[in-house]
Amino acid sequence: MILSIEQLKLTATVLRKRILSTAYYKKQGHVGGSLSCADILVSLFFHQLSIDPSNPKWEDRDRFVLSKGHTALGLYATLALRGYISEEELKTFDQYESRLQAHPDMTKLDALDMSTGSLGQGLSAAVGMAIGAKRLKKDIRVYCLIGDGESQEGQIWEAANIAEKYKLDNLIVIMDQNGLQQYGWKNGNERMNPESNGRRKFDSFGFETWEVDGHSMEDLVSVLADVKDRENGRPKAIIANTTKGKGVGFMENNYVWHSKAPNDEEYVIALTELEEGT
Amino acid sequence: MSISVRDQFGKQLAQLAKDDSRVLALDGDLGNSTRLDSTEKETADSFLQMGIAEQNMVGVAAGLASVGFQPWVCSFATFLTKRALDQIVVSIAQTNFDVKLVGSYSGLLTSNTGKTHHSLDDIAIMTTIPNMTIIAPGDANETVAAMKAMYKTPGPMYLRLTRDETIPSFLPDVDFEIGKGKTLTEGTDILIVTTGSTTFRVTEVIKQMEDVSIAHQHFPTLKPFDKELLLEGARKVRLVVTVEEHYIRGGLGSIVSEILSESLPKKVYRIGVPDKFLGCGTDEELLGATGLSVEGIRNTLSAL
Repeated sequence: MILSIEQLKLTATVLRKRILSTAYYKKQGHVGGSLSCADILVSLFFHQLSIDPSNPKWEDRDRFVLSKGHTALGLYATLALRGYISEEELKTFDQYESRLQAHPDMTKLDALDMSTGSLGQGLSAAVGMAIGAKRLKKDIRVYCLIGDGESQEGQIWEAANIAEKYKLDNLIVIMDQNGLQQYGWKNGNERMNPESNGRRKFDSFGFETWEVDGHSMEDLVSVLADVKDRENGRPKAIIANTTKGKGVGFMENNYVWHSKAPNDEEYVIALTELEEGT
Repeated sequence: MSISVRDQFGKQLAQLAKDDSRVLALDGDLGNSTRLDSTEKETADSFLQMGIAEQNMVGVAAGLASVGFQPWVCSFATFLTKRALDQIVVSIAQTNFDVKLVGSYSGLLTSNTGKTHHSLDDIAIMTTIPNMTIIAPGDANETVAAMKAMYKTPGPMYLRLTRDETIPSFLPDVDFEIGKGKTLTEGTDILIVTTGSTTFRVTEVIKQMEDVSIAHQHFPTLKPFDKELLLEGARKVRLVVTVEEHYIRGGLGSIVSEILSESLPKKVYRIGVPDKFLGCGTDEELLGATGLSVEGIRNTLSAL
């Protein structure tokens, strides 16, 4: 799919509106972390990933694992825009027996490459996929989106350790470094950054690393192009600096929007802001 | 010449991996204990060392299964089922991936390593997980048959193996169907129900107790459990006795008690490891201390 930077930016704005309208409709959802990774998701699903919405189980597709599974809302809204599911189906988000479970469930929705929700587990599965792709001699990239709070889980670093050992240059980790976790540590009147040394840590695990503005579509597109074909035996990590709640002023950098839906008034303000922002 | 369960496991997995490149052996750095190293020796490319990191190893297996492989993940039973429990539930069972989990060194016989290495709760833990099949073969031949069935049957499974080196290939009938128990001896007074490593010991006990009419059923599959066979056997006797190398709560004795209390009230006496941590010791010392040696089981039965 070839979209211009401008078209990608517009898509990200529409995505943010879908995230908000779905959370507003369902009165539930992890809004803050879905908004922070919205630009990343657009750059992947509308630009980078080799995928086919009409054939979600295409064997040679790139794989995507949302290790920070609580932001399923952002992923489902992306899948709707990309044509995997209907806009109408977004209204079933979070419902019993819906294909759009609160956390991604691959047994319900075939557009998902992995079930996640218990933090720290997605990267290990992505490592398994990347090892598998190499064994099958397939030209597949495995993209895994992790959270900065999630990186407190030891399993992330167990996985990173094995990624280096198996020389997984087909594995691309993206850390949505939005600076907040659900509750975290107090820091004066603010909350402390969950992980301020993501790049240093991935460096030390033998990854090739990049640090970008996770809300700059130009930067995202450019870094993703850079990481794609570096067959040098080193796994890749992109630290994307983002803002939790990005795009809606009163949600930005406020941990209470980790998991909260806007009320009537907040919803109108949020949509207006997003309209004006474009 | 008899071969031990773990040696046979190693040989059979190497064979499966040689025959099918989809079969992979994932090691938690215990391959030379569990005998997973046979796969590395026979077909090195199918052996993936995952290091001392059980959580990641289980997650990697999920990813490999998602692209078409059949990973066999092997560690000591206690580490695999407890350190990586949430990963087993979320990444393997909830996804229903074709991943085979192998808990070696189950029970007490862990080469004198003590309570940190005993695995006396893995049946309790694993039987609570939906989608999970649990298999505990009684000897080396049945281990082969069980592994062949596991290989052919997609889905998450847990294979509980013993390190006991004294168990010969004694089972007369090695036909294996997942979910089916076997009646080894008919009898009318007591029914003894066993699984895994205790089955052989109980057959030895029965040989020494000719004055009592003892029936013996062996259940190499703990989940799904062969309820019909148990009920059929239990109807004919006055007392049912379970014997297992596992905590007395949550294992075979609990499974049998649940089934019988729902369908056929019958007194059940459970022989197993009491609710406490045990010290290190030789196999003989540990089986002796817990009443799970041939002599210990015989003494308990004689008193019933």
